[in-house]
Amino acid sequence: MTLVIKQEKPKSTFSKIVEIISTMASRPSGLIGLIILVFHVTLAITSPLYVPHDYKAIDPSLMLQAPSSEYWFGTDSLGRDVFTRTILGGRTALTVTFFGSLIALLWGGALGIFCGLVGGKIDDVVMRIIDAFLSIPWILAMLLIVSLLGTSTIVLIPALGFFYGKGIVRVARAATHDVIAKDFIVSARARGHGNFSIIWNEILPNVRDAIMVEGAMRWSWMLLGFSSLSFLGFGVSPPTPDWGLMISNARGLMSFAYWAVLAPIFGLSSLIIGINLTADAFAKALGIDRSTKAPV
Amino acid sequence: MLILVLKRILLGLITLFIVSLITFVGVEVLPGDACTTYLEREAYGAALEACYKRLGLDIPAYERYVSWAIGVIQGDFGYSLSGEMKINDVLGPRVKNSLVLASASILIGIPIALLLGIITALWRDKMPDIIISTFTIFSMTIPEFISATLLILIVAIWLEWLPGIVIVPTGVSVSELLPNIILPVIAISMIMTAHMARMVRSSVIQVMASDYVQMAILKGVPYWKMVFKHVLPNALLPAINVVALTIAWLLGGVVVTEVVFNYPGLGRLVIESISNRDLPVVQALAIILASIYVIINLIADLLTLMLNPRLKSLQIKK
Repeated sequence: MTLVIKQEKPKSTFSKIVEIISTMASRPSGLIGLIILVFHVTLAITSPLYVPHDYKAIDPSLMLQAPSSEYWFGTDSLGRDVFTRTILGGRTALTVTFFGSLIALLWGGALGIFCGLVGGKIDDVVMRIIDAFLSIPWILAMLLIVSLLGTSTIVLIPALGFFYGKGIVRVARAATHDVIAKDFIVSARARGHGNFSIIWNEILPNVRDAIMVEGAMRWSWMLLGFSSLSFLGFGVSPPTPDWGLMISNARGLMSFAYWAVLAPIFGLSSLIIGINLTADAFAKALGIDRSTKAPV
Repeated sequence: MLILVLKRILLGLITLFIVSLITFVGVEVLPGDACTTYLEREAYGAALEACYKRLGLDIPAYERYVSWAIGVIQGDFGYSLSGEMKINDVLGPRVKNSLVLASASILIGIPIALLLGIITALWRDKMPDIIISTFTIFSMTIPEFISATLLILIVAIWLEWLPGIVIVPTGVSVSELLPNIILPVIAISMIMTAHMARMVRSSVIQVMASDYVQMAILKGVPYWKMVFKHVLPNALLPAINVVALTIAWLLGGVVVTEVVFNYPGLGRLVIESISNRDLPVVQALAIILASIYVIINLIADLLTLMLNPRLKSLQIKK
């Protein structure tokens, strides 16, 4: 007698992604989030092709004009078109935070899995250091780095990536702890697989979802952090249009030129809400409940 | 129990020790030292040497760390660069102002958060929950500087109810400070309330679904008696830790809020000292803010331990 084991064909990565996205879009909040996010990403990529005005053209005769058919969102205190600057204003923020989150995801995930796997003294020491970093307010550390090293994207991306990755270490470590004692890891060890093979083939597929959800969440926090930096004057340097910087510049004159502050506020808020809704829907589509997590 | 408490305190101290190392090494490793960054282009010759002398940068790093750390333990942070003042004198009034702001926000925020959290949990997915939850999610996601700016625009500029920014000298007395802090307190407690209300909500929902609550319902315990006697005591226990984390997390956000409202607290000192490149003050601030974080977490842990008899016998692993 022969035993026939029917094996389902493993799904391709592409069809898995399609499945996750369609699950996300099946809830109204997820659909709205996805639409906002896709809109912002498309805008960020294509906006330089169709901006109506030059974003850095200063014209004193056009100072603080109210919204009109020529200047849809009015002009700012230097006579620059607010609409042009608003649709360009998310480009730096999106680029920096996207790559920053990727870096955070990679180093945080790798260190977390490593700590969860080896345990013992090394794990203790690393977690103490992570705790210490967590207790320094991120804004103080970021401001210090940026004020000493400058505000170029080359500095901002790894700095943000580093500071937002330390929370991912904990998540990845906890997820690794959950699977480490399971039978399939034990049997993989019994089969004589090495550490690398166990991480790659056994642990990673099981902790990947948790890490990715955490990374998506960090993305929105990082965007918040990045905009706060540029609001404080430590992010993007002028005249590059950026929402945080635009809000901080237009704030002083908002008693008579509220359009110059409302336009970037709308841009930034909608992007952050979009990323949040998407990340939440992503977590739900993967079956991970984040509602009881603390905001650290 | 006592051993557990002592262990917790020891862990907190170790964390603070590492923080002090990180801030010290961080400032050493990053290009430029306190004097060259502070003096910028005038960093040469006699001025530079005088500055080195004053800060003691001419002695080796580890000796400086030891003497600095001993000073910090004794509550002496040394001298600031810009004002040539003792850092303690710079910090004193700022700490007081920040404490006033924080305690006002906490006193207002925690009761509202509890109320909102319980309401949203008991009327889950009904009208009150949908309205309140939409509001809390909005104020959680939107950056502090946006909600603060919108508050100023609406309340101070359009409605003209309250002054938009705080114009008081740093050393002002508490009674003079209070009328000025209404808007900053609203801005801070709004975000804090939102975070805590979400946590209370999910905690209450979890307890409501537990076996003993289902049992109480089956036994016919009146609804409100069940809520107050069985659900809330159990649901609010895990919320203590979250409240602590939220308060600690707000330390970063308060920096931005204080700048928006021009409030003379610790947060604005962070920005000022970094803009002035006053590294000794930055180091002092890092230690102080980290200590607040560690202490708040420690208190929350101990509170949870004291209030929860089950945890006493368990070894808590972090």
